[in-house]
Amino acid sequence: MEKSGDAPAPPVKKGRAAAERLADKQQEISVTEFFEKNKQILGFDSRTKSLLMGVKEAVDNALDACEETGILPDISVRLVKLGDEDFKVSIEDNGPGIVHRMMPNVFGRLLYGSRFHALRQSRGQQGIGISATIMYANLSTGLPAHVASRIEGEDEAAWEMDIAVDTKTNRPVVTDDKAFVWENKAHGTLIEYTTKGRYMTGKQSIFEYLKETAIVNPHACLVFHDPDGKVFTFERATETMPSKAKEIKPHPQGLEIGDLMRYAKDTAQKTLSSFLCNDFCRITPRIANEVSGMAKLKVEQDPQKLTRDQCQALTEALAQVKIMPPPTDCLSPIGDVLIKKGLMHILDGIRPEYYATPITRPPKAVNGNPFLVEAGIVYGGEIPPDQQVSVMRFANRVPLLYQQGADVITKAVADIDWRRYGLEQRGGKGVPFGPAIILVHVASTKVPFTSEGKEAIAALPEIQNEIELALKLCARNLKSHLNKKERKAKTHEKFEIVQQILPDLANKSAEQLHRPVPDLARTIIRIMNVVWVEPDTIKENSARKITYTVFNYTNKVRTFMLHAQLPPECSSPDLKKSTLFDSSNNEGKTQWLIKDLQPAKSVQIVFNLAGDLADTFDPDDVYVSGISPLVVMGAEALPGDWGIRGLAITEEDETVLENDTAAEAEEQQEEKEEEDFDREEKDDYC
Amino acid sequence: MTTANPRQKKALDSLTHTVEHIYDSLDRGEIPTMTIPLRSKRNIEFDPKTEVWKYGSLRTTRTAKTAQGAVTLLRTVYTTDFINEMIREGKSSTLREMYYISEGWHNAKFHTQDEGNLLAEDLETISNCMREDFKLRPEESGAHVYGNINFRTMTKKGMKTFNCIDDVAETGFAIPYSVEKETFQIASHDVKFVMAIECGGMFARLIENGFPEKYNCALVHLSGQPARSTRRLIKRLNEENGLPVVVFTDGDPWSFRIFASVAYGAIKTAHISEYLATPTAQFIGVTPSDILNYDLPTDKLSDKDIGALNSELSDPRFADEFWVTEIKAMLEMKLKAEQQSLAKYGLNYVTDHYLPDKLTMLGIL
Repeated sequence: MEKSGDAPAPPVKKGRAAAERLADKQQEISVTEFFEKNKQILGFDSRTKSLLMGVKEAVDNALDACEETGILPDISVRLVKLGDEDFKVSIEDNGPGIVHRMMPNVFGRLLYGSRFHALRQSRGQQGIGISATIMYANLSTGLPAHVASRIEGEDEAAWEMDIAVDTKTNRPVVTDDKAFVWENKAHGTLIEYTTKGRYMTGKQSIFEYLKETAIVNPHACLVFHDPDGKVFTFERATETMPSKAKEIKPHPQGLEIGDLMRYAKDTAQKTLSSFLCNDFCRITPRIANEVSGMAKLKVEQDPQKLTRDQCQALTEALAQVKIMPPPTDCLSPIGDVLIKKGLMHILDGIRPEYYATPITRPPKAVNGNPFLVEAGIVYGGEIPPDQQVSVMRFANRVPLLYQQGADVITKAVADIDWRRYGLEQRGGKGVPFGPAIILVHVASTKVPFTSEGKEAIAALPEIQNEIELALKLCARNLKSHLNKKERKAKTHEKFEIVQQILPDLANKSAEQLHRPVPDLARTIIRIMNVVWVEPDTIKENSARKITYTVFNYTNKVRTFMLHAQLPPECSSPDLKKSTLFDSSNNEGKTQWLIKDLQPAKSVQIVFNLAGDLADTFDPDDVYVSGISPLVVMGAEALPGDWGIRGLAITEEDETVLENDTAAEAEEQQEEKEEEDFDREEKDDYC
Repeated sequence: MTTANPRQKKALDSLTHTVEHIYDSLDRGEIPTMTIPLRSKRNIEFDPKTEVWKYGSLRTTRTAKTAQGAVTLLRTVYTTDFINEMIREGKSSTLREMYYISEGWHNAKFHTQDEGNLLAEDLETISNCMREDFKLRPEESGAHVYGNINFRTMTKKGMKTFNCIDDVAETGFAIPYSVEKETFQIASHDVKFVMAIECGGMFARLIENGFPEKYNCALVHLSGQPARSTRRLIKRLNEENGLPVVVFTDGDPWSFRIFASVAYGAIKTAHISEYLATPTAQFIGVTPSDILNYDLPTDKLSDKDIGALNSELSDPRFADEFWVTEIKAMLEMKLKAEQQSLAKYGLNYVTDHYLPDKLTMLGIL
């Protein structure tokens, strides 16, 4: 600014210009400082959310560590209210622990972690979360965090210390570092900090986060002590650990030039060929040759001496050759059985009437990162029927509670026309209404979040497409359940006629006329004209006794197979004792042979199921083969992909006895519609 | 001890026959069925011989193939057994009592009294008997007669004669549930015509104003949709004593149906229309034209009223020029009126002006 009047301003030295003065103020901004000023990037943008974020980061880390070392996680979260907005938060796990010398860096330094460079599915990725939590706590209350850890081994001591983050240098500030005796703790980590926050219940609460975490991590046991002193325990639903995700090398597809230059500079390989083949996945010497040729480079070239232009040529060449998609064993899906188990375990209180068989899609790749999608739908019971369906979103087994609107999962749900699957939806768009809960899990070596807060998955078309396919498959199961339910209600009426009303009618009319009670067999056959499969379940503690009664209400002798897929390791030896038992395979697919069942006769198949997956078996999921499914009520035709030998029985055309009533015609019409519907659906994803 | 009279015996035989039919079907391995006339508006036809509306040739079949059909058959068997027992023991029961007795019938239990009433009517149609023959009777309907008529009827102390002015209070003589000749006779009368009236208020007004005495007529209070015995009594007064019958109701769609059931026969009981309907009965009003001509106080038609009127337009019983014109007029003005709205012009207006005018028009006076 120039001042007018008065003494003339001293002459400004041309060399030391404004830029120089600015330069005095210019200095390195540490990452830590940057995040301190931009807390929202990490998700610490409100008091409520900050409280949740801290718990989430600590629990995610604990689950990751347990998974890597094959420990069944026991995690306890405790919140104590100290003042209006002050909370003491403690998270304790039984994980492998952290070696003493690493503790300060893990907790007190941002962007310090083991997973940033690894291409593998894990919950945490950048190594920001827990140190950011401690930083935020430290900033909001001025108090350091207290951490304690013990690693496995008789001679190992437990160590504890107070840690704060120096925001200027991004280095931990450690005080009170000492060894101590941790009673009854073989290994594990405890982190305690005091932070400003606001405790909330409801959809975006710590409780909800832990509940949803328990659903997709059925191998974990989570205990939550809320600020009111209530204790919630989400018990372990299974002892089966998730399959360990393998670490993979980067896939060249979608590789940025900067990444390539960095890899080239850091490589230990001596030739371009070995660099390409060994530092990336899915590149064979043949492809290395082809790529080098296209980039006009020699395969013997030292990779560390590649120039920018050469790297550019290489990236272009890599984009042109056909390379196999990345290997997929780096992903660890939850799997249909465990998704169902987790859902049943946690949602049992609302007694849903139906769990659509969860779908795990085969892995796909986007931008060089493998990903896969899993989906499940829960229906009925005490889920409110007149509200929007709640959508549970998960990324690498972590529940996403915020930014639902920005998420690809929400978008995929909203783009499906749910009306054809039996849910209400205004105009065929948007989140549907009805008594249902939708679960979607996206697993990837690198989930494309919309921000560092990891609250929403970016809407990449490849991912959205996979989600829609998975949901449609689930929805089809739901629809067929709803159809089945309706048909069953209708047909059950007939069952009542022949089981109760006809015998009454025979007895009463015979009594009045003083004649013998007539034999009803032929009349019943005429009314029913089906083979009836009636499932029954009796719960005995954790075990369940399943009975299938098969009535032959037709006028022919019937021989056919009955199939069911029993959950693994649940069937008791009595299964094979039944004279009707035919065989079962290691997937639990079991078949029984019903041989020469006479008209108006019935047989029973009885067996027991026990073990932690026993309740995932739905007795209504029973199938027949070797008989026209049209003459069977209560069991479906064996799906074509069942993959076991059927019984070779040729069935001549059914001469249906009295096929003239409107009700039957309607039934058949419905069946036809359902077939058409199924066919249409198949077209959708072919 | 069997005290069945010939009509009861006939009733019993035909019910037993129905049960035999069911039993034989079961015995032959067939699906039992029961066929009865379709009891709906679609299936009533005018019988020129009796001049009343009866069921046509459409049939509906109750089959044990459907749950509802099977239950109906089972109820038929149970009800037959129950009737059998009543006849054997010389008892009778109300339809209400039968509803409660069915509590012990398990799968055949009636869930509402209507189900029991409908079944009794079904049995009438298949056996060509009246439910009184089955020893089933309705509750007293609350219908009354006032006028110079002598009825001879059964009391606990034997047959007695009542004059319907001298021997009754101002409410009139209560019509019993059965007015068949065995227990109820029209001994003598000194009236020129019979006027059936929908509501009690108007019935009382006419008595208070001395209308029956002045014009020499008998008043019958219908008490809403008239019970069978009320219609049967009107029919007998008309048929046996040659008395003309006029019907005086509110001016709304439901009252038109009251008139239709008196004059043409009700849809639900079309199987016995020739016992119950009085084809020569004439409608006095209140007609939609009256509402205009007498400028009566009105209410707006409700949606239900409009639905009822439209349904009447497709009812064959109303398919004549008079009714079509009147119903359409009412639909157009969207208004209805009660009989008592005539009080707008004073308490004596109905007896001094309206009725004498209308009766003269109809040729009664």
